[in-house]
Amino acid sequence: MRFRDLTIGQHIPGDSVVHRLDPRTKIIGTALLITLLFTVDGFLGYLLAALAIAAVIHLSELPWRFVLRGLRPLLMILLLTVGLNIFLTEGEVVFRFLFLTVTREGIARGLMMGTRLVLLIVGTSLLTLTTSPIQLTDGIESLLGPFRRIGVPAHELAMMMTIALRFIPTLLDETEKIMKAQMARGADFQSGGLMQRARNLVPLLVPLFVSAFRRADELAIAMEARGYRGGQGRTKFRELRFGRIDAVALSVAVAFTVVVGAFF
Amino acid sequence: MSIRLENVFYRYLEGTPMETTALTDVSLEIQDGEFVAIIGATGSGKSTLIQHFNGLLLPTSGRVWVDGVDLTAKGTQLRAIRQKVGMVFQYPEHQLFGETVLEDVGFGPRNAGLPEEEVVERVRRALAYVGLDFEELKDQSPFELSGGQKRRVAIAGVLAMEPGTLILDEPTAGLDPKGREEILDEICAIKRERGITVILVTHSMEDAARLAERLIVLNRGRIALDGTPVEVFRQAETLKELGLGLPQVTELMHELKSKGWAVNTDILTVEEAEEEILRVMGGQR
Repeated sequence: MRFRDLTIGQHIPGDSVVHRLDPRTKIIGTALLITLLFTVDGFLGYLLAALAIAAVIHLSELPWRFVLRGLRPLLMILLLTVGLNIFLTEGEVVFRFLFLTVTREGIARGLMMGTRLVLLIVGTSLLTLTTSPIQLTDGIESLLGPFRRIGVPAHELAMMMTIALRFIPTLLDETEKIMKAQMARGADFQSGGLMQRARNLVPLLVPLFVSAFRRADELAIAMEARGYRGGQGRTKFRELRFGRIDAVALSVAVAFTVVVGAFF
Repeated sequence: MSIRLENVFYRYLEGTPMETTALTDVSLEIQDGEFVAIIGATGSGKSTLIQHFNGLLLPTSGRVWVDGVDLTAKGTQLRAIRQKVGMVFQYPEHQLFGETVLEDVGFGPRNAGLPEEEVVERVRRALAYVGLDFEELKDQSPFELSGGQKRRVAIAGVLAMEPGTLILDEPTAGLDPKGREEILDEICAIKRERGITVILVTHSMEDAARLAERLIVLNRGRIALDGTPVEVFRQAETLKELGLGLPQVTELMHELKSKGWAVNTDILTVEEAEEEILRVMGGQR
């Protein structure tokens, strides 16, 4: 099991400029990056976007190897996307091999899609790597705030996300523990056909569900015991503060997106 | 069945910024038929250490032999080792899954490929070891049992594999005094009857002193002390530094001695203490 390779959703604490930015800045920045990656067409645009991401990684002081490792679990999807695009795009034929035809347009499109995916994955994983889950949901709650008027339950959504994120590592730990306990009794999670493997998961999934429900129950009681009644009138220990570096960072991000998006 | 560790190091999350060393240069040998207690403060590496005894964790560096088989060698059949070294995790009842007690307890033997009759026989024996009635419980759902019964069923699930070594990670955590006493008695009975090796992880100095023949004290992933209970509990100062203590009666004898009574402080049980105090008082009377 290589759960731990998945860097998306993981958080690496730090004290770099990127870590200290207001989460709202980083969320908007990430949204801008996604928009940009989908509007840009042409390699120069991607190159500029890649340079921008590289600059952010450098500023975040995260180890490069660690950031890039997040790509590993998605390698299959990546290869499939590139492959399908290379082989299935019509156009000027470069060479034929058996029933496969490779076209000039196909190669260009495949590489472009591949680059886009890599930049998307790396760029968005930077958000969670440098922002703690609590900050992240605080940011989302604050950004959704204006939509409360039209009935968006901003606080409830944010709370649900906080809890879900908070329990990912807990449930992963729990999964590992139960797996080990069943492996100690000779369970086998690795071999057998598809049906057999699915059946082998029962001794893992049943205890996992039972424990998830137990934890949910305990959490609900703990929250009520501390007087939780929803978001109305609730104050925060850590107030979000939009400071000068945020203004600078956001201006740069907007300007970059507009310029690169408009010209490439 | 002996277990031998040689210069074992274990690091979690190696190669990430969150890398932590859980075991540092651990070497030890546990002989066939020993009753060993492993004690240490929270986070001292006890749980990590015991998972090396049946190959659930393999050392980052160093080697582990169980019964002469090198677990760190490539191609070692770890499943076969796990049938021989039974492991009861903390709160084992959280791992129950079967629709019936019979299914759950029989999971281990069934995975070992035993015929169904033998599985049933083993379940019957395993339940008897933990003081439960096979006929009464076999068709019940394990989820409907009481907390103490769940714990027993879960322990029976490991016993049903009839392992030569039994590892228990705080088997009495969260039980009431009566339940604790019964489970420990049952473990002792199994050890007596079947002559197996027992490795017990515990936070209770009393249990360690009373039950084990040998104590291994861990501190920050290293073996700090290793010896008989009397030898280890002589190191009162060291134990206190490590965040551990003495059994209450031993503590009492130390108190008495510091108040000027000429008592022997190598006392580990209430009975021994009673005898010793009577001896000293008799001499004074």
